[in-house]
Amino acid sequence: MKFSDEFESRFAEMIKHYPTKRSLLVPTLLYAQDEVGYLSDDVIREIAGRVDLSELEVRNVISYYSMLTTKPRGKYNVQVCTNIACLLRGGEEILDYCKMKLGVGNKGTTPDGLFSLEEVECIGACSWAPAVQVNYDFHENLTKEKIDRVLKEYLEEATQ
Amino acid sequence: MASLVSHPDEVKVVSKRFGLGATEIDRYLQLDGYKAVQKALAMEPDAIVNLVKDSGLRGRGGAGFNTGLKWSFVPKQASKPKYILCNGDESEPGTCKDRLIFEHDPHAVIEGVVIAGLAVGAQVGYIYIRGEYRYISLIMQKAIRDAYAKGFLGKNIFGTGRNFDVYWHGGAGAYEVGEESALMESLEGKRGIPRIRPPFPAVVGLWGGPTVINNAETLASVPHIILGGSEWYAKIGPPKNGGTRLFCLSGHLNRPGVYELPMGYNLKKMIYDVGGGIPNSRKLKAVVPGGSSTPVLTPEEIDVPMDFDSLMKAGSMLGSGGLVVVDDTTCMVKFALRIMKFYQHESCGWCIPCREGTDWLKKTLIRFHSGGGVQKDIDNILYLSQNMLGRTFCPLGDAAAMPTISIVKKFRKEFEDHLDGRPCPFEKAGAVQQEPVMA
Repeated sequence: MKFSDEFESRFAEMIKHYPTKRSLLVPTLLYAQDEVGYLSDDVIREIAGRVDLSELEVRNVISYYSMLTTKPRGKYNVQVCTNIACLLRGGEEILDYCKMKLGVGNKGTTPDGLFSLEEVECIGACSWAPAVQVNYDFHENLTKEKIDRVLKEYLEEATQ
Repeated sequence: MASLVSHPDEVKVVSKRFGLGATEIDRYLQLDGYKAVQKALAMEPDAIVNLVKDSGLRGRGGAGFNTGLKWSFVPKQASKPKYILCNGDESEPGTCKDRLIFEHDPHAVIEGVVIAGLAVGAQVGYIYIRGEYRYISLIMQKAIRDAYAKGFLGKNIFGTGRNFDVYWHGGAGAYEVGEESALMESLEGKRGIPRIRPPFPAVVGLWGGPTVINNAETLASVPHIILGGSEWYAKIGPPKNGGTRLFCLSGHLNRPGVYELPMGYNLKKMIYDVGGGIPNSRKLKAVVPGGSSTPVLTPEEIDVPMDFDSLMKAGSMLGSGGLVVVDDTTCMVKFALRIMKFYQHESCGWCIPCREGTDWLKKTLIRFHSGGGVQKDIDNILYLSQNMLGRTFCPLGDAAAMPTISIVKKFRKEFEDHLDGRPCPFEKAGAVQQEPVMA
């Protein structure tokens, strides 16, 4: 299992921040997932070894956090918020529109592996609702036209 | 990233450096940055605690506990290291203020953490940022690096011979982790499950050491109090509710946004003046005054000052300052359902009243909203909610129950309008079946 140099230097730095190795677990899992795409058996084994935990204990933690996944996802994970502030400003319509545009349902991935769709809970963009997060990028004050533009931009980025 | 708004009634304290480039440490220094911590370094710890206590600063995360009083619970002598933990796991629906603080003024949070550390005798602080806020954790990492490079953090800070380390920590998506004991569990690399109290974190916290946990907005307010004095800060708001608050206005408003207003600002004015009123000349139906966990208010109840004590008297809570305005085209059953779906998803499952209660309530509300409700469901929803109140280790059970109880009690007629297979009166094309979310 090999991670990027950036991952390794961050890991080496963060391990000095805590009195126990275990504290690194949650942020490290997320960074590993960003590199590999999901938390594969290999990733889990590797990280469990690094923080002196059993694989079972690591899986136990993974299942708690909603950003962590053990299943592959699309390159761009489109996360549509439908919580109250977004709901009142058309979050559900945005979700339906994304389902239609991408041709997948909630937690589905397009056949080319580019996009996944996920209905998520509040992402902290309430005053700029409705909002969507694609991977870590926020897209706010959305309309259907804006969604068209956003999805097109990611598609272009992927095909370049 | 997120756009800024302003209004003439604003009193800018925490937001005074927003939009001024204060993420750069040199710019922050020009804007009175790191002066408060130097002043605090020359003060006795007890003097700092008393100053913050007298300012009337109360926890901005939701509970509204006096911050100085919280600090005073930390024992002077401890066999284990003490810690400061900044709660930046902002996840309460309706709340988007900490994100702006981190984005525009990260050094103010760092400064607040150091001052809290000086007050209670800690030498290490952690700033926990929710996993979704990746760009913010990058801003914070840079700010911390810059502060170390200037000698403001680390060994011998400001040449005083004192040491203080600040680290950032990232989450990975969990509302429950915003609860203080679950936050510590998460930082220790575990599932975010609440701890039984007592002992309270001030005595036994992170890795067993005494720990102060404060919200990011609370800590960002502290440097201003040190510089401006407790009297100045206390006078901005009504008695025992010192200072300002970042109110996150969202929902059916013409000018949604995050506004910094004095504590005790009138709610009606906040909706119709600051927030620009309700679009499309529709009428107000309900207001969530402080994030999704607070009981909703009806249009008759909104002539109220927005401070902790006044809202408590009005039967609700100031909470996290997330104000969600709901107009008369909204189905309150659906609104209650969406809130319950959230809490069911976020319940950690540790205690039964919350785990089972939120699940049953979600299922009942889904069936009810889609036209399958019967009369006794209405009382059952109330009964289930009331039985969650005060019966869970952490306030998540209360957070799910309180808005639900208020919606059923205040909008019972809307529930009755859904009975006997009648379609939801607010759906354009009849009742829409909501698909159950499989976790």
